[in-house]
Amino acid sequence: MLPAPFDYKRASSAAEAISLISEYGGDAKFLAGGHSLLPLMKLRLAAPSVLIDIARITDLSYIKDAGNHIAIGALTRHHDVEFSSVIKQHVPLLAHAAGYVGSPQVRHRGTIGGSIAHADPASDLPATTLALGATYVVQGPNGTREIAASNFYKGFLESDLAEDEMLTEIRVPKMQGAGWSFQKFNRRAQDWAIVGVAAWRRGTESGVALVNMDSTPVLATGVSAALASGSSIVEASQLAAEQANPSGDNNASAEYRKHLSKVLVRRALETASA
Amino acid sequence: MGGSILGNRVLRKEDPKFLTEGGKYVDDLLDEPLLANALHVTYARSTVAHGKINSIDVSEASQMDGIVAIFTGADLDLQQVPSAFNPMATRTLLATDKVRYVGEPVVAIVSETRSQGEDALDAIIIDYDVLPALIDLEKAMASDLHLYEACGSNVVFDTMVLGLPDNTGEAYFADCEVVVKGRFMNQRVAPCPLEVRGAAASWGENGRLTQWLSTQHAQGAVAPIAAANGVEEALIHVKTPDVGGGFGAKIGAYPEELLLGPIAKRVGKPVRWRETRSESMVALGHGRAQLQYVTIGGNRSGKVTHYQLWAIQDSGAWVDMGTILAPFMTRPMSSGVYDIPNIECRTTSVVTNTTPIVAYRGAGRPEATAAIERAMDMFAAKIGMDPAEVRRINLIPKFLEPHTTVVGQTYDVGDYETSLNKALEVSDYAGWREKQKAARARGDVKQLGIGVSIYVEITGGVGNGEAAKVEILDNGHALIYTGTSPHGQGHATAWAMLASEQTGIPMEKIDLVWGDTDLVPVGTGTMGSRSLQQGGNAVFAVSAELVNKAKAVAARLLEANEADIVLDKDSAAFHVAGTPALTKTWSELAQAEKSVGGALSHSDVIGVTGATFPFGAHVAIVEVDTETGKVTHLRHFACDDAGRVLNPLLLEGQIHGGVAQGTAQALLEEVVYDTDGNPTTSNLMDYAFISAAELPSIDVIHMETPTPLNLLGAKGIGESGTIGSTPAVQSAVIDAVSHLGVDHIDMPTTPQRVWEAIVAAN
Ligand SMILES: Cc1cc2nc3c(=O)[nH]c(=O)nc-3n(C[C@H](O)[C@H](O)[C@H](O)COP(=O)(O)OP(=O)(O)OC[C@H]3O[C@@H](n4cnc5c(N)ncnc54)[C@H](O)[C@@H]3O)c2cc1C
Repeated sequence: MLPAPFDYKRASSAAEAISLISEYGGDAKFLAGGHSLLPLMKLRLAAPSVLIDIARITDLSYIKDAGNHIAIGALTRHHDVEFSSVIKQHVPLLAHAAGYVGSPQVRHRGTIGGSIAHADPASDLPATTLALGATYVVQGPNGTREIAASNFYKGFLESDLAEDEMLTEIRVPKMQGAGWSFQKFNRRAQDWAIVGVAAWRRGTESGVALVNMDSTPVLATGVSAALASGSSIVEASQLAAEQANPSGDNNASAEYRKHLSKVLVRRALETASA
Repeated sequence: MGGSILGNRVLRKEDPKFLTEGGKYVDDLLDEPLLANALHVTYARSTVAHGKINSIDVSEASQMDGIVAIFTGADLDLQQVPSAFNPMATRTLLATDKVRYVGEPVVAIVSETRSQGEDALDAIIIDYDVLPALIDLEKAMASDLHLYEACGSNVVFDTMVLGLPDNTGEAYFADCEVVVKGRFMNQRVAPCPLEVRGAAASWGENGRLTQWLSTQHAQGAVAPIAAANGVEEALIHVKTPDVGGGFGAKIGAYPEELLLGPIAKRVGKPVRWRETRSESMVALGHGRAQLQYVTIGGNRSGKVTHYQLWAIQDSGAWVDMGTILAPFMTRPMSSGVYDIPNIECRTTSVVTNTTPIVAYRGAGRPEATAAIERAMDMFAAKIGMDPAEVRRINLIPKFLEPHTTVVGQTYDVGDYETSLNKALEVSDYAGWREKQKAARARGDVKQLGIGVSIYVEITGGVGNGEAAKVEILDNGHALIYTGTSPHGQGHATAWAMLASEQTGIPMEKIDLVWGDTDLVPVGTGTMGSRSLQQGGNAVFAVSAELVNKAKAVAARLLEANEADIVLDKDSAAFHVAGTPALTKTWSELAQAEKSVGGALSHSDVIGVTGATFPFGAHVAIVEVDTETGKVTHLRHFACDDAGRVLNPLLLEGQIHGGVAQGTAQALLEEVVYDTDGNPTTSNLMDYAFISAAELPSIDVIHMETPTPLNLLGAKGIGESGTIGSTPAVQSAVIDAVSHLGVDHIDMPTTPQRVWEAIVAAN
């Protein structure tokens, strides 16, 4: 329950953080809210030799209305996303989902950027931003690039981020009045989702993403396609698990997860269509 | 003023400290002079469930920064210690030849800082010949591979060895119109005290060992600590700082604690140890873990005439307290609150490659209650009768003289039907049944479930009495010394109320001393819901005697006849009857005694004549989402009769906590091992420890049937909530889906299990 020894550096800007990570290489890790990384270190499942603390890069904590989308600085805390009036107005699904991350203590420390960069399929915000068609802005030694959420998640805790790249901004398209729902199924209020669903619907368009149904968050495009071609919600939701390959654990077998995903997608779409 | 303080909702004296500065636990003893420069002990634990130790290589670890010493069992010259419950089973405090569960301590690392000790863990190489892991109880029972070869079997205790007959099987039920069978797993759970285990040890120049311990029973730790150190008991001084919960798991002293003295001696410095949560989840004892084969039989009008239980108790990897809970707690309580003319109950305890089972809140009685209550439900379902009604038909009628059941257990007093009536009435049982009917008729996705349980349990069965001493200080304050050992229950408040009642000294001037074996050499600690009826009873009796002593002193000072001295409790002063103006205060009397070389104090061990049998009825209301299997606990009604109530606030606290833990067993918690014996629930993310968010607010229904067995008329309340709630909640879950054809779901009734049961019934 105590981490292995490590060095600690604090960065005061994205540029400094990137130059530090380039300097220390593969053994270094960014430290944002620490709420995914530190538990892994304490269990000695991760043992970076250097931590580069980016939590105090205050100019990466912001929420801006950028016209078609909302721009969120990577170091914005879950709590700020949850209570932002701009996000509540334009991307209510995201504000709502942020309110389901862990407990208030967790939401005051954890960051949206950390949650996405960590690429945990059981996390709520990767799937939510995926459903919303977000774009992630990352910065590296050679400048910045944009990655569509649908191209970002590569495997369990693996993303398209290079070792020396930092996630700086999350761009989430405005929902333009779409109906939405976030379904988080867990045993205890503060637990991670056994299965979760983030969904929105506006006319023939929709976005449905699944939490904890595979080694990455899953965009259930089959469900959206079925809806677009006139299927009923009940029919479309039967396709929820088609693109997913869930595994089993103490909480749920793969089969039960598939079942849950269908029920939750149906419920989410019913709410989003109401 | 005037009137008794007893029975009032007196706020807890200890709370301001806990809510402001916080408790001071073993790990907080940073300014303790005897622990100056203390080194840290970290234990390397077995990573395999079952194996022979070939070799232990500590060479690399011992070269690491801050490592002072590393000890194996051989280094410490550890000898085989027999189990108190089966002497054929022996072990060394650090595993030397064989490991028997993941988490068993094998090597002790002594380091300057705690983190250095953890760093060294990875460098210790233990080579094992891995043996098959015996995790499944019935497989372990049948296996030719034995955890303790000398036992010749993995069965380490059986009621048949006590001379009790085996169950006779189906023939027993030949005369019954209706027979129902069940196989229930009362699953393994982890006690999870918020404060994990911790201890520290320091040898004084006088050759005495001071050992701090997070324990429920300091006095009980003296003998094993003395034995582990090879010294006389007089050389051992155990001190108990604040203790953040125990739930039974901190009754006995553990190897990690017993070894600190020998280690401190060898390194010539005091040492401290505190386990991590991950360690605590595998090395602090677990609870329950009882497999039950149940058959119940009776007639179609609802009378149960025959009941047969075979309880197979998982002992875990050591023959610890858990081994004897089935024969000595579950079996005697197998009849529950019912008048069943024919009962057979065999119990068999089996060692497996899992964490040892110890006493856990309820300790054998929850298992007995769960078995008979589940059986009653199944019987009711079979004959199509309301489960509350079937229970009523079979209840032992009200008795105020001792009643002995067919299994030979004598209960003190009981009025089960009244508790049932109260619980049904306050909960509006009939109203819920109507709502349930409507929801079923509508075919709602979310269905209501209603569960009833009635229980009787044993409290104050441990020890025959308790030590108490009350001492008056010069300033008129009182110090109570108690042999009980509070760790959340509120003894500082309760014992002060009792002493105040007798002496008139205001509660804020009364403090409590416990858990220090120099100051309180005699004591049986806090376990088995014994504290008030034995420890509180002793404080009450000793305080009364002290008042008599004080009267003698006052008579001397006032030059009056002792018989004429009265204590005015409102002013806490003594005077001669009829002349209230001339008084002697407690302070004056204490000083007077001191001036003649004495002290105003009284101490005694006050006996009690046996255990009491609190009882009650719980009603749980749940909602089950039939599409997902998710259960929401909507309401919980608890009618618990613990005899005369000293402080309703403390009582309710015990009930709330008990119901929370009991509900947790019904809905959430289970310690799980994979087939190789690796624990997969060894942190609080994976182990579904309950939180307030999963609980309804609890409706407490008061009922008081005093016991004649102690001065206070009090019975225990510490475990009742756990015993009554678990079957009620489990039953409610099954009830919610019974119309879909489900007749049983094992605990914890996880969403997946509920869903699978619905699917299977379809
Ligand atoms: C008790 C508890 C309960 C929780 N429950 C939930 C829950 O229900 N749902 C949920 O979604 N999450 C939950 N979490 C996780 C929480 O949301 C984390 O805060 C989040 O997943 C990670 O964000 P962080 O800022 O804490 O990242 P950190 O832990 O600091 O970092 C995580 C990883 O991302 C990297 N990283 C961080 N920021 C960046 C960046 N800007 N660019 C590149 N790499 C970066 C780090 O190097 C590290 O590898 C819980 C956590 C805890 C402790």
